[in-house]
Amino acid sequence: MPLLDIKDLNVRFGTPDGEIHAVNGVNLSLGRGEALGIVGESGSGKSQLSFSLMGLLASNGRASGSVTFDGQEILNLPEPQLNRIRSERIAMVFQDPMTALNPYMRISDQLTEVLVLHKGLSKRDALKEAVAILDAVRIPDAANRVRLYPHEFSGGMRQRVMIAMALLCKPDLLIADEPTTALDVTVQAQIMELLGELRRELGMATILITHDLGVVAGFCDRAIVMYGGRVMEESPVDPLFEAPSHPYTRGLLSALPRLDEDTAATPIRGNPPNMAGATVGCPFRPRCDFAEGICAQEMPPLEGFAPGRTRACHRAISALNEEAAA
Amino acid sequence: MIVYILKRLAVAIPTLLVLIIVSYMLMHFAPGNPFSSERAVSPEIMKNLDAKYGLNLPLWEQIVHYLWQVVAHFDFGPSFVYKDRTVNDIIAQGFPVTLTYGFLSFIAAVAVGVGLGITSAIRRNSWLDYCAVGLSIGAQVLPNFVMAPILVLIFTLGLHWLPGGGWSFHDPRFWILPVIALSTSYMASITRITRSSMLDVLGSNHIRTARAKGLPNRKVILRHALKPALVPVVSYLGPAFVSMITGSVIVDVYFSTGGIGKSFVDSALNRDYAVMMGVTILLGTLTILFNLVVDILYAWIDPKIRY
Repeated sequence: MPLLDIKDLNVRFGTPDGEIHAVNGVNLSLGRGEALGIVGESGSGKSQLSFSLMGLLASNGRASGSVTFDGQEILNLPEPQLNRIRSERIAMVFQDPMTALNPYMRISDQLTEVLVLHKGLSKRDALKEAVAILDAVRIPDAANRVRLYPHEFSGGMRQRVMIAMALLCKPDLLIADEPTTALDVTVQAQIMELLGELRRELGMATILITHDLGVVAGFCDRAIVMYGGRVMEESPVDPLFEAPSHPYTRGLLSALPRLDEDTAATPIRGNPPNMAGATVGCPFRPRCDFAEGICAQEMPPLEGFAPGRTRACHRAISALNEEAAA
Repeated sequence: MIVYILKRLAVAIPTLLVLIIVSYMLMHFAPGNPFSSERAVSPEIMKNLDAKYGLNLPLWEQIVHYLWQVVAHFDFGPSFVYKDRTVNDIIAQGFPVTLTYGFLSFIAAVAVGVGLGITSAIRRNSWLDYCAVGLSIGAQVLPNFVMAPILVLIFTLGLHWLPGGGWSFHDPRFWILPVIALSTSYMASITRITRSSMLDVLGSNHIRTARAKGLPNRKVILRHALKPALVPVVSYLGPAFVSMITGSVIVDVYFSTGGIGKSFVDSALNRDYAVMMGVTILLGTLTILFNLVVDILYAWIDPKIRY
């Protein structure tokens, strides 16, 4: 049985200008200890997907479908039951460590409250545990710095605190939502290395949400590529980079600057899709170089084409290759 | 922190000095004087009066003399209009009254305003929220000179529950109507400020983090949202507190409470220079003091602020 099983997940936001379709019919499953990357540009629905799992959607958001975690349906659970899962079994690292920590509370209080709540520890034991976990994420002089406020840490250190906070209860699943986006490149590498080590040590499953393909390549076993709230391609990481099967994935990869080849990065033409209302056909069609008549009429289904690999495209891979070569 | 407070108090002295000099001059430049009335007074009597109160001296000499009296003797001089009373008497008599009903109004306004603001933010778009917002808009647009007679009409003339005027330090029934009349508009402002700032905070990232930790809603609100939500409220409370404890003309006039709110306005109308200066200095000092208190509160709330 997979640890996490998502079936036909939809996320909608009611706004005065109509309904936003942020996530559309996503299916995915994740085994214990597995690391899954969710890749997509801003507005592809990847963050909202993870928020919906934790019941953290904004108040105008609604999620439908089914999410089973360790055999239990968790989508739209009532708050008290959700609170037993949050942090204790599924924890989250947020994008912006500058604002995701409470600027008005000492780090010690922000860490210990989780342990007091879920583990029933006394304040003193919780503090010891908090210092230990700060040591584990390699914050120097943790015993003293635990008393500081978030603004007294640098961005990278704050993200370490954020990670420490997520790992307090040794969760089965860690969701990291763009954990390095707000950080310097050198700090990014350190944080990803740290996350990788901790993941192996604790054996926890991880969902890494990012728009950074390089990070996925280094960290994940498997990845899904999302566009317009839909899964476009799902694949183990290595073949995904060697032979991307979807025009969007190809576009993403060729938009990356390469150090080993003397070719310029080519951006994907056009703009990200407007998510208001239901889209007919493939959401990527307006920006796709390979689009045909049928792409405007029907959303292609996700179909398997190689072991562990699925893609949602009307055009055959061979056709894409021929046209790209021409 | 101590150094900061001392510095701020040191700055308060020149501020007060400027306040005194400017208001003294403004007062004297205003047409008329305490003794001009419809009755014709002979120039000789006028001269005597001026000499008695020192009004024949050059303005700068008057100011210096006044400052000396205030600073050295804490003496604000005799009233120009009420022959047998000094300004110190008038303030000593009226200020405790306004302090009492003003302080009670402040407590009521903060308790109800913050409570209602938080509840309506948490239950946004519920009937409770709509009622709170509606009531606070109503209370804000209804001036207290309309509210006061309505209160008297209902609670005194209609129900005979409460006295419609007068003041007693021993009988709280005299306090209730003045407190209601004074506090409602402040209550309404505090409700609206608290509500909107709470809504702001509830949408912020660190609140999402707190929810992701599995904290129950009550703890998310009280531990994580309350402090940041109160920052804008606190900056409103400083000046509001001063204007409440120094009373209100409307309340003093409608309920005959005998507070200094009425003395202040009467003194301006009568050109009672001494009373006017006394009350102005009192107001100025309190304003400076409570602005300092607000700044200290900021540092207590927000760890990023260090003096």
